[in-house]
Amino acid sequence: MADTGLVETLLRRVEKVDGGLDSQDVATSLGVDHQAIVGAVKSLLALGDVISADQRSSKHWELTGEGCEIAEQGSHEARVVSSIPEEGMPQSQLMKLAFGKVGFSKAMSNKWIRLDKGHEGGPRIFKTVEHLEDLVRDKLLLVQKGQASQLEEKEKNELKKRKLLSEVTVKSYWITKGSCFSTTITKQETELTPEMIASGSWKEKKFKPYNFEALGVAPDCGHLHPLMKVRTQFRQIFLEMGFTEMPTNNFIESSFWNFDSLFQPQQHPARDQHDTFFLSGEQLGVSVYKYDWKIEEAQKNILRTHTTAVSARMLYKLAQQEKFTPVKYFSIDRVFRNETLDATHLAEFHQIEGVVADYGLTLGDLMGILHQFFNKLGITKLRFKPAYNPYTEPSMEVFSYHEGLKKWVEVGNSGMFRPEMLLPMGLPEGVTVIAWGLSLERPTMIKYGINNIRELVGHKVNLQMVYDSPVCRLDS
Amino acid sequence: MPTVSVKRDLLFHALGRTYTDEEFDELCFEFGLELDEITSEKDIISREQGDTKAEGASDVILYKIDVPANRYDLLCLEGLVRGLQVFKQKMEAPRYRRVSPASSEPQRLVITEETTAVRPHAVAAVLRNITFTQERYDSFIELQEKLHQNVCRKRTLVAIGTHDLDTISGPFTYTAKPPGDIRFKPLNQAKEYTAQELMSLYKTDSHLRHYLHIIEDEAVYPVIYDSNGIVLSMPPIINGDHSKISLNTKNVFIECTATDLTKAKIVLDMMVTMFCEYCEEPFTVEEAEVVYPDGRTCQYPELAYRKETLSADFINRKVGISESTEHIAQLLTKMCLRSEVMSDGEQIEVEIPPTRSDVIHACDIMEDAAMAYGFNNIPRTTPRTYTIANQLPLNKLSELLRQDLAAAGFTEALTFALCSQEDIADKLLKNISETRACRISNPKTAEFQVARTTLLSGLLKTVAANRKMPLPLRLFEISDVVLKDESKDVGARNNRRLCAVYYNKSPGFEVIHGLMDRVMQLLEIKPGQGNGYHIQAADGCVSPVTICGEMDGLKDHRGMKRECRGVED
Repeated sequence: MADTGLVETLLRRVEKVDGGLDSQDVATSLGVDHQAIVGAVKSLLALGDVISADQRSSKHWELTGEGCEIAEQGSHEARVVSSIPEEGMPQSQLMKLAFGKVGFSKAMSNKWIRLDKGHEGGPRIFKTVEHLEDLVRDKLLLVQKGQASQLEEKEKNELKKRKLLSEVTVKSYWITKGSCFSTTITKQETELTPEMIASGSWKEKKFKPYNFEALGVAPDCGHLHPLMKVRTQFRQIFLEMGFTEMPTNNFIESSFWNFDSLFQPQQHPARDQHDTFFLSGEQLGVSVYKYDWKIEEAQKNILRTHTTAVSARMLYKLAQQEKFTPVKYFSIDRVFRNETLDATHLAEFHQIEGVVADYGLTLGDLMGILHQFFNKLGITKLRFKPAYNPYTEPSMEVFSYHEGLKKWVEVGNSGMFRPEMLLPMGLPEGVTVIAWGLSLERPTMIKYGINNIRELVGHKVNLQMVYDSPVCRLDS
Repeated sequence: MPTVSVKRDLLFHALGRTYTDEEFDELCFEFGLELDEITSEKDIISREQGDTKAEGASDVILYKIDVPANRYDLLCLEGLVRGLQVFKQKMEAPRYRRVSPASSEPQRLVITEETTAVRPHAVAAVLRNITFTQERYDSFIELQEKLHQNVCRKRTLVAIGTHDLDTISGPFTYTAKPPGDIRFKPLNQAKEYTAQELMSLYKTDSHLRHYLHIIEDEAVYPVIYDSNGIVLSMPPIINGDHSKISLNTKNVFIECTATDLTKAKIVLDMMVTMFCEYCEEPFTVEEAEVVYPDGRTCQYPELAYRKETLSADFINRKVGISESTEHIAQLLTKMCLRSEVMSDGEQIEVEIPPTRSDVIHACDIMEDAAMAYGFNNIPRTTPRTYTIANQLPLNKLSELLRQDLAAAGFTEALTFALCSQEDIADKLLKNISETRACRISNPKTAEFQVARTTLLSGLLKTVAANRKMPLPLRLFEISDVVLKDESKDVGARNNRRLCAVYYNKSPGFEVIHGLMDRVMQLLEIKPGQGNGYHIQAADGCVSPVTICGEMDGLKDHRGMKRECRGVED
């Protein structure tokens, strides 16, 4: 609350005038700082409709510090003339004065002084006029008295160039009476206190209304990363569908499980240096599985390029059971590609994978299960395109209709594992394994409207994005 | 996935009807192709080199079609049209025949012993009385390039050479010689070069320089001569200029040299089956005889038709449909797999043509039946597989802790598992040899030198990138690091970690200490020596700016290890 005395003074002034008054004028006539009046206006506005105030702005001319000095003591050139005695003065001495340099050149151009370069003992200055009119000072005095309008624009601009004048914009309020105008004000309470309740004084008090336009105070809390929020939802969906989580906590994998076991020949392009990160150094482990065609190639350790390597390990484990039992597996974890990075590709990303193994599964079953899975993500329109994948046959790309883009977009890949992969593992004939995969980043980017993957993952993300990300409900 | 570019109007002419872009896209989708882009030469040049360069270029509409990587029979206009026409039942799949020359001995290609060391295999065939047009000729050249890039693995496995047979005379010799002894005028050059000179000439050739490494370091280079000593080609680099084919060429001699014989046979079959429709007697290919160093002879191209027998029941059961045997045989025939119902009414005899080298197992035939039926016509069913879901205990605990760490006011960071060696060693004042880090042998940049051994570096980098945010920053991450472990089959294992950082103007060690106490409380571990937890200063507690309270020796049955660090500004 501003100074109560000032507020009341202001109200009395408003009461006296018919139309309204300008806050700047009030400040001038009361001889107080304009900001104090602004404070009073704002606190009156907060009380309701006591007064109304419209903001307006006006421009006016003001003297600068140097301008003030001149208005008081005269222009530099006038002071130069008045400081030179009849017998003249050495130029070097004049230059030592604070106003010497500027004053000298101006006085020279006004022809108020002359310079005798050849004078004995160095250049000397003499005055050439006795009386002079200090026009600069006169003009500044006019501005100081608030009569700047008497000067021509050209004159004002010239003084502005000399940094003696400046044009300032003044914001002020035009104050008029409000519908509940009164010269006495009651202070409004902001909070209800226990004392008010105890004494019953709350009945008489006026309470300040809440400002619903402003934001509240942000709670002091931690936040989960949006990609991890989406991961939680995908885990939830798989668990709802009866899928068991696979142990994918092994980023480093042998080429055997990553490629050979998945029927990817050793000359397959995916095994190129260009696509896969190979581990250097001694081969510490010895692969237990004999692969009689270039075993060295199969033993090369790599950063896994897909989590399907883990699915293969799990299926092998399943095949070692005495009696086959049907399984549904899922995983969501990191995979690595030695790729060129851009707005949609990083060297590491998260792969989501689902696998079902049972007797007699059909391609129709795979499509049915995908339909249910994507339904839980809020995607209902699906269609399937034949595709090629070395370890699945048939292979299908999954497309969903994007309502925003008005076209079909690829949302995942799927297929039936080839018998060449399953039989050597020892799975019974007749057991079919269906599987599908997609990336975690892509649906997250769509969900949170992020176009560049680097704004979502990694240390360079803006934490504000993490703070601001909403909860993740994939089906809405 | 290879992309084939065809002229739209030419394609529609060959298909015998026009399509709207949407209709054609739909047809592609059904057939497992993807209409990737609709463009023109002019568009492509103006996009890549600017509008001025595109001036005067052709604005004939081009369809760029993505073809599955194993369908070499769809890599040119001829193959695409044949595949689609058979699929739409507008024509029957042609039958490719190998024929002997009418009035003479077959062309012979003699392989000498010397090739064993560098590129041991060769196959050959003749396209007799062929008629080229500009379009057919362009497609013929383009198919070679597509095959070179795909099944030939950039010419390492197979290289194709095509020659005007009327400019050369057999028998031909495939041999290998020291580079200094090979001398000829290569394709589109004005003078003769030795093989050595050629290798340095092509060092700067934007196209050919990619293939030089295949033979560069060999003692002898492969070369094919005719009976007069004229060089046909120096595979896998370049053909001779003498035998080059033109629009007027009538008889084409095709040779494929290889390090992989199976692939060479496939490539030769593709070349001849795709273009023999332009021969005077369509779909016939004249054989050539290959003589091996040991005197054995073989006739090529193989053009082998293989027969497989499977039951309609197998296909019905795998796909999830119940179609009659006759209908399934019809479906397969639409996919160029000519099929007949056998006498028992249940089995189907399927003939796999030489163009379909991708068909290796009954499941490949089943896929073709499903495609012909239409994936999107298959009823979607729910498997009755009954299973109980289980979470991985480690992930379950991680999920629970993440929630509680956020509830404790800490924000989750997500950092990379790969980083530079400097990040996990030098910058944390550690020696890389102490870290048990797994090193990557082929990183493209320093960002991917090692798998991280600590989460701390990622969190500190997150802080560094967010210095503009209001203080304090409270960050955590629960994720895996990778450590060398000789007891594992791959010599390394993941290790789940929790790391938290508090960043403010004052140290606030008590904040990070408090968080650790909270985590212990959540895990029901009490403070105290012995069975509980305690903090002790680590050796090499590293710099004045880092207070390090790493807690080793904490036994947790779930196998999680904690890192807990406070960082001062």
